[in-house]
Amino acid sequence: MSSSTIVSLPDQSTARVPKVNFLTKENGLLSWLLTGDHKRIATLYLISITFFFAIGGVLAGLIRLELLTPQSDLMATDTYNKVFTMHGVIMIFLFLVPSVPATLGNFLIPIMIGAKDLALPKINLLSWYLYVVGGILVLYTMVSGGVDTGWTFTTPLSTHYLNTNVLSTGLAIFVAGFSSIFTGLNFLVTIHKMRAPGMTWFRLPLFVWANYAASILMVLGTPVLAIAIVLVALERTIGIGVFDPAKGGDPLLFQHLFWFYSHPAVYIMILPGMGVISEVISTFSRKRVFGYTAVAFSSVAIAVFGFFVWEHHMFIMGVSNYSTLVFSLLTMLVAVPSAIKIFNWSFTLYKGSITFETPMLYAFGFMGLFTIGGLTGVFLASTGTDIHLTETYFIVAHFHFVMVGGMLMAFLAGIHFWWPKWTGRMYPEKISQLAALVTFIGFNFTFFPQFIVGTLGMPRRYAAYPAEFQVLNVFSTAGATILGVGYLLPILYLTWSLKYGEIAGSNPWQATGLEWQIQSPPLTENFTEIPIVDHDAYDYEWLERKEKEVPSVG
Amino acid sequence: MTVHGGTSDQPVVHGAHAEHEHPPYQRHHFESMEQQVDATSFAMWLFLLTEIMFFGGLFTAYLIFRNWYYPAFVAGSHQLSILWGTLNTGVLITSSFTMAMGVWCAEVRRKGGLVLCLVLTFVLGIVFLGIKTIEYSEKIEKHHVPGFHYSLKSFTDPQSDPEVYKDYRDKALAPDMARHTEVYFSLYFAMTGMHALHMIIGIAILGFMIYKAQAGAYTTGHITFVENFGLYWHSVDIIWIFLFPLLYLISRHS
Amino acid sequence: MSTHHDPHQPQTHTGHDHDPNEQDVHDTLNHIVSPVIYIVVGAALLVLTGLTVLAATFELGPWNPVIALFIACLKATIVVLFFMHVKYSSKLTKLTVGAGLFTFLTLLAMTLSDYASRAWGRW
Repeated sequence: MSSSTIVSLPDQSTARVPKVNFLTKENGLLSWLLTGDHKRIATLYLISITFFFAIGGVLAGLIRLELLTPQSDLMATDTYNKVFTMHGVIMIFLFLVPSVPATLGNFLIPIMIGAKDLALPKINLLSWYLYVVGGILVLYTMVSGGVDTGWTFTTPLSTHYLNTNVLSTGLAIFVAGFSSIFTGLNFLVTIHKMRAPGMTWFRLPLFVWANYAASILMVLGTPVLAIAIVLVALERTIGIGVFDPAKGGDPLLFQHLFWFYSHPAVYIMILPGMGVISEVISTFSRKRVFGYTAVAFSSVAIAVFGFFVWEHHMFIMGVSNYSTLVFSLLTMLVAVPSAIKIFNWSFTLYKGSITFETPMLYAFGFMGLFTIGGLTGVFLASTGTDIHLTETYFIVAHFHFVMVGGMLMAFLAGIHFWWPKWTGRMYPEKISQLAALVTFIGFNFTFFPQFIVGTLGMPRRYAAYPAEFQVLNVFSTAGATILGVGYLLPILYLTWSLKYGEIAGSNPWQATGLEWQIQSPPLTENFTEIPIVDHDAYDYEWLERKEKEVPSVG
Repeated sequence: MTVHGGTSDQPVVHGAHAEHEHPPYQRHHFESMEQQVDATSFAMWLFLLTEIMFFGGLFTAYLIFRNWYYPAFVAGSHQLSILWGTLNTGVLITSSFTMAMGVWCAEVRRKGGLVLCLVLTFVLGIVFLGIKTIEYSEKIEKHHVPGFHYSLKSFTDPQSDPEVYKDYRDKALAPDMARHTEVYFSLYFAMTGMHALHMIIGIAILGFMIYKAQAGAYTTGHITFVENFGLYWHSVDIIWIFLFPLLYLISRHS
Repeated sequence: MSTHHDPHQPQTHTGHDHDPNEQDVHDTLNHIVSPVIYIVVGAALLVLTGLTVLAATFELGPWNPVIALFIACLKATIVVLFFMHVKYSSKLTKLTVGAGLFTFLTLLAMTLSDYASRAWGRW
């Protein structure tokens, strides 16, 4: 085994990307737009979510630009409200929720379990079209004046006091929600019913377990968001009165229904990322994941417990003290399974042969930043501190640490890790390591100061703030600029690598997992023969034995 | 492990259907019909779970407001006709029976029986919607549709509504409680309307199925479509089983 | 779940980690429910409907809604078990139905817990 890296590539002077693969199988626009191939659909998703991520990123830039100065001088406060609302809506519903599941999940799950495709290929394609329709509706909202309710659509602001495009945004999210439901439904059926012979539940890669848990949340949670949106639409159009105190309605009812989905939604967002981290940490420490069963069960535990804690988003909204007591306790408990994962990953690293390829750098970033974000979540679980910290920049920092420092880093880790499998080519290692570092530095400069200003009392969603907070805000904006560069670089060099990247071969990382036993990029039908599985996940001894028989490089 | 993926650019091509025998309606990504049936059935159940959670939000709203505005809910419920409601419940239950019988006919490959059962289910569905239309038009006439010239008169002055008054002799509601009847009717229309929408979709699919059944598509051993649709139809029935007592039977003793 | 899977045996079906003789794992047609059962269940549903309406005509105070909901749950149960074949279905199907019910009850109970402890029956 070589020194600083485990990368094992075929001889570049003779290697070629296989002529027949899922990308070349058929040509023409229709073969892509009418495809049932999960890998092509994953590719369509990857392009679409990158597009919306870019828009969401520009909106973030505008927010940070406005917050350079204490006055609301870059844009009118109403406009600022629209900017942060669209930033939230796009980043959550059009980027984070589908990010890993719709791209990496779609691409990998059938291969990882030894199947030829997902159980319902047409539903998979429908899911992508629903995503696109949702996205178009969001774009329509943006060009027709935007919406300024905040992504949380709190009533009665959204139902009675605003004249902006609540309905079109609501429809967009409703449609995108069904995209998510169908993806989750497809994964659940596939994982239950299409595992290859010998692929028992406890031989599955942890990436599959993580997506399984997230899929449960997608199927059971998203419909409640759908009905909440329908009720807001009815309230706005014909004034039915369920959320209007003047008519005897209760605005809090909306929040109960909204957060019943939106809290599990954060686990929908993070669980697949945690699945990626399990795979990456194992591969780049050449060690099986410590406590496989604990990590697998903790994914499901997070999903189940995630349904019991939603009221912690409503502590200051007028809910009863007794219910805050119950939900506060349950929220503390839900942190435990996440902590279990962090411990298990740490023990995986211990005495492992660690190398620092780009996916591993992102994984390290995840572990540190997600831990900080998660711990600050415990401060917020405690009602007493939450009353002081909620609706301040502390919350903004908390969720950006877990979502950007955590989830986005995991997504980038996954994209880099499986890029060779997806495209047949390696990304350029040096510049990508640099980009990872730039992202990490930029991230900390952007979001750490926000914990401080939040604790000091700076409210969120305000375009203007007291002058004493300016220094930290300037730091934050400077960091955001660095962060932007860190995210731009992958888009550039990954595109470059499509033509000029080194040929990867089928298993450049010497990783375990069925996806590394097939060619890169895979054939449309994934396997020429359905495999029969006789070993556990992360079994590096099995891999060594197999390499001696049939070298997979080249 | 026996995987031949390699980096070969000579893929193994599955010759037409010579290498593996499978029924024409088995999709290629499934390894067996058993797997396909299992998978599609499970998928249908998962979809029904989303329906439970979708209606669940409405039931939650209903329970809260019924607890808060009970007198208004009583007065609102008295405006609904037990006759039509019970009749509709009977119609839907019968249609569930005919649907179940339809599945049985498909299982034992009786094409004529299947078509008959599907047609009966279709007709009963239309009858249900017809009765609902009658009920809705009554509500429209009496201005009990929230947001469309909603009138409180029947509740602040019950004697102005002799049909309902003679059965229940309700006391007049105070003006603020009378206003809350609008919440009752909002939930009535939202819940029965959403239910009716699901019925309409079901009836449309039934139409398509009758046509295919007549052509023999479901009586050659491949019955999953009929079976899975049956699951959908029964769950729409179950939703009504709960809507009926909750909306129609609030304090109906005279 | 069997862990003694012999990889050298010819595989006639896939994704399996159970004894092939175990009955309640597949949903495929092992069992055709007889029409007699459907007739009995259908009749029972109609009778129960009549019962619900009858019970509603009596003044039973807080017990009226309890009885109405109890009968509704009974009706829903027999529809699920017999019309929807859950009684004859795999463990997975039963678990799925249970999971849906559980999640719905969570939504209901925990939301009501907030209302029950601050605004019960008064506004």
